[in-house]
Amino acid sequence: MIRVQREDFDPARETQALVEGKHEIGGVVSFVGLVRDLASGGAISAMTLEHYPGMTERKLAEIEAEAHARWPLAASLIIHRYGRLEPGERIVLVATASSHRDAAFEACRFLVDWLKTKAPFWKLEETPQGERWVEARAEDDRTAKEWAQPKSKPEAAE
Amino acid sequence: MKLIYFAWLKQRTGTAEEEVTPPKEVTDVAALLEWLKSRGPGYAAALRDLSVVRVAVNQEFARLDHRLEPGDEVALFPPVTGG
Repeated sequence: MIRVQREDFDPARETQALVEGKHEIGGVVSFVGLVRDLASGGAISAMTLEHYPGMTERKLAEIEAEAHARWPLAASLIIHRYGRLEPGERIVLVATASSHRDAAFEACRFLVDWLKTKAPFWKLEETPQGERWVEARAEDDRTAKEWAQPKSKPEAAE
Repeated sequence: MKLIYFAWLKQRTGTAEEEVTPPKEVTDVAALLEWLKSRGPGYAAALRDLSVVRVAVNQEFARLDHRLEPGDEVALFPPVTGG
């Protein structure tokens, strides 16, 4: 399930709703991304996330489908916010649920890594020196590429 | 053809969205970017370094040799920084 929204979300309630009534699920892994008050260039007071409505939902759905193709997931959820956010606020929630923990852990990590390099979001930071667009990190690209070939198909784990 | 700009490409071109009819010889993404550079100093500045410009055609990432059709939606933006 994919949601792109301006409003905040409640991680506990969202993960509970995700697994509700699905008793084949043995574990749920969730990642919550937060706005830091410190960026590579120094302090920031807020950031504004811009995105490409339409393409964002399409890319997130593709990434989620890829995770389901690679791991035996019973349920998954990606919520990504846009708009102006201050330090401490939640940006993103990725939750994956499966019968066994390995699939849930790995798929969650995969989704976070891939959405950072494939979903059309851009961050504008507010700093004491003015506004600054965050530049993509080469390290994020390398991390995402490590998942290019499925390396942990369920059959390989057995 | 509909063009959409995001992040600093929107700021430098001073344009969020526009309808354009490029000349007939503009048949792919590379030619479109060259043509856009000729439309003013803001466009030229925004498109000076194409290594930091990404393009999506009809909401899919596209390479410079991607063929364009008149009704396409073409988006220009920097490398993404979500998550």
